[in-house]
Amino acid sequence: MRESAVTYNRLPAAELYPILGIMRASDLLHPRPEGLYCPPGDFFIDPVRPVDRALITHGHSDHARSGHRSVLATQQTLDIMGLRYGEDFAGTTQAAQLGETIALNGVSVSFHPAGHVLGSAQISVEHQGTRIVASGDYKRQRDATCAPFEPIQCDVFITEATFGLPVFRHPPDTDEIARLLKSAAQFPERSHLVGAYALGKAQRVMRLLRDAGYDRPLYIHGALAKLSEYYQSQGIDLGTLEPATVEGGDQDFAGAIVVGPPSAFADRWARRFPDPISCFASGWMRIRQRAKQGGVELPLIISDHADWDELTATIKETGAEEIWVTHGREEALVRWCELEGIAARPLHLVGYEDEGD
Amino acid sequence: MNRFAELLDRLVLTPSRNGKLTLLTDYFRTVEDPDRGLALAAITGDLNIAAVKPAMLRTLVTERMDPVLFGYSYDYVGDLAETVSLVWPQTPGNIPNREPTLGEVVAKLQAASRSDGPKVLAGLLDSAGISARFAIIKLVTGGLRIGVSARLAKQALADFGAVDVSEIEELWHGLSPPYTTLFAWLEGKAEKPRNTAMALFRPVMLSNPVGDGDLEKLDPADYAAEWKWDGIRVQAVAEGGIRRLYSRTGDDVSGAFPDLADAMHFSATLDGELLVGDPQEATGTFSDLQQRLNRKTVTPKMQQRYPAFMRCYDLLQIGDEDLRALPFRERRGRLESFAGTLDPSRFDLSPFVDFTDWQALEELRRAPPHPIIEGVMLKRWDSAYVAGRPKGPWFKWKRDPHTVDAVLMYAQRGHGKRSSFYSDYTFGVWSGGEGEEELVPVGKAYFGFTDEELKQIDKYVRDNTVERFGPVRSVRADRDNGLVLEVAFEGLNRSTRHKSGVAMRFPRISRLRWDKPANEADRIETLQALLDR
Repeated sequence: MRESAVTYNRLPAAELYPILGIMRASDLLHPRPEGLYCPPGDFFIDPVRPVDRALITHGHSDHARSGHRSVLATQQTLDIMGLRYGEDFAGTTQAAQLGETIALNGVSVSFHPAGHVLGSAQISVEHQGTRIVASGDYKRQRDATCAPFEPIQCDVFITEATFGLPVFRHPPDTDEIARLLKSAAQFPERSHLVGAYALGKAQRVMRLLRDAGYDRPLYIHGALAKLSEYYQSQGIDLGTLEPATVEGGDQDFAGAIVVGPPSAFADRWARRFPDPISCFASGWMRIRQRAKQGGVELPLIISDHADWDELTATIKETGAEEIWVTHGREEALVRWCELEGIAARPLHLVGYEDEGD
Repeated sequence: MNRFAELLDRLVLTPSRNGKLTLLTDYFRTVEDPDRGLALAAITGDLNIAAVKPAMLRTLVTERMDPVLFGYSYDYVGDLAETVSLVWPQTPGNIPNREPTLGEVVAKLQAASRSDGPKVLAGLLDSAGISARFAIIKLVTGGLRIGVSARLAKQALADFGAVDVSEIEELWHGLSPPYTTLFAWLEGKAEKPRNTAMALFRPVMLSNPVGDGDLEKLDPADYAAEWKWDGIRVQAVAEGGIRRLYSRTGDDVSGAFPDLADAMHFSATLDGELLVGDPQEATGTFSDLQQRLNRKTVTPKMQQRYPAFMRCYDLLQIGDEDLRALPFRERRGRLESFAGTLDPSRFDLSPFVDFTDWQALEELRRAPPHPIIEGVMLKRWDSAYVAGRPKGPWFKWKRDPHTVDAVLMYAQRGHGKRSSFYSDYTFGVWSGGEGEEELVPVGKAYFGFTDEELKQIDKYVRDNTVERFGPVRSVRADRDNGLVLEVAFEGLNRSTRHKSGVAMRFPRISRLRWDKPANEADRIETLQALLDR
């Protein structure tokens, strides 16, 4: 096993940094209770409490909160925040163009696609010769509902680690959708209830069904309506979507595919469907016991987060000499970096869901 | 291999019997020989592959990846076969352009010697994807644990070929994997396979419960009555030196009862009840019988303490003569003279119960003379022995179930139609001295109530939840609060697995006692008294 200390030695000794005019990475970004803070730029990335200036990677509610004085994010992320929290979710907003550099108190900031959900971005922060890229949440699998991840060369790469264990290996999403369609054909008298997070996963599942040639109407839970309509307005065709309601008609949903947030299926809401087959689209469905505990009959391993192979490949592609690992299973990824001779440490940020997918 | 792997994955997560049958019949329909037959054998436990020990599997994988990363992975997943299937490193460039078929995998595993077994297994894992690796590991470690019994697999075959399941059962022991002749017949492409093997199972004749008003239409003079013994229905077949004991679904259980099998010095097929004890002296209780059940091997001490014997009900064949078409009266006559030739410590005759009218029999049914009697059987004197459960010739008239008032403690979400309902209930009775009473769980039931009652209990559970653990909720239950359930059950066994020391047989909710205060529910002593009878 190679010693990780060897890697540190490639950089000049820390006390020489001010003399050489190089910024120490931990002086450029470090965790504070509010979130990841950049002292020279005076801004936070994905803060969990209201702050003066927030840079936001994507619209999931644990990353994008309301009540900041000013928010810088992609236009789509701003739109999604507006849909979720109302138009006055922040004092002022500024839309970041992907790839464009914005100067904040002399710190160069740029947004790059993360491939997680519509509008999601990695944020690159560069100052005095040191560049850190905060990935936010990301994946490398192709996804027709958002722009693909672009690897950015950097000194420090902050990676998420939701699926940071070698057991997490996501299969091709098209195989998973094929299993759903096969089951729908096998059990035409039953309805298939697909649990999927309201932002991103739900729309991706619907789009995958369309790409697989499924052209019957899809029935959706009310919690998905606004966001799905927004995706459609952004040119992502999801086909005919109908509300999964019983009012005003005696729709019996036999043979239907219904998409809704996972929580809805354990609820009384689900009783309107005939002998439903409960499906859940998530990277967690890789583990049988997780499916069993949740009463899931048809697990669909479809994830918006990088799996183990994507995480390790991405770390290598960024060329980063140091890796900071955040929300998820840090220890295995840190261990892998050690074995590869890459400096790595967990970055303890609070307030993010480790389990969302 | 992938289709087999997918079948296993679906079966293990599908709770409903009909769902499982659909998955199995679809598999038989779409998969060709020999793969479907091998899959069937794997499910029924008839596939012979040299086993690989878990320790060997662990060695194989840690030779190929960092043991620390493997440790993190295993800790998280908790199942060795699953962890290995997920983390097994695949060398790019070493991936074949197609995955092996189940037939190829089984052939390689069966050809492997003990010494090169691990190497052969590693080679197969290298050539397969994640799901297929999991299925391969399950095959070599033994025990698929997918919630499909041999009986259910046979039912799926019957559905697939639109034949009666008794036909499959009758054929089964003369066939071997990959069952090509069986599938050809079920698909209508060949004649029904002919059985040439010795000592085969004969499909069993079953009875219907006595329903309301049934007896009024029947003449007592047409029927014989026997006690209904609460043991295990077995069929003893000895032919050409081969001796077998079959369960009523045709599973070979001879291995668990060598003492009885050794005493089968005859050439005949007997139907009867397997019990323990000495037929001349005392018949053991169901708890005694339980000591002999579900064991792969049985020690001499166990055989001595709980000797198995057979109480004979019927004679189906003697020598080459098939008696099944004869009326019961005649078969019984033949059985009586035949039973006289058998070892009296291992075989006896099920006695008749004398009665003149239904009222007299009713009294005997309610108060049977032995705790292992669970009612009476009625058999028409003129009935032939036919497979299955024909309505009319045979009836079972069971003793009324025991009941106990228990308090609802935990509720778990159901599956399928019931996935939004809390429909599986764990209930308890009181234990401990005055002022220190606490509820001790005594059982779990998930049926017996109407749909309307299910809605009411579900609402009660949601309104009175104290804690949640995944799909389970604990419900407020103390001296002053709680829902009392009247639980009916068939019998009680001693249990070392349950804190209460008792395990109920066939428990179901018979009534909701909204009117009854929790502190008036029964105490554990009430149940213990039933055990000691």
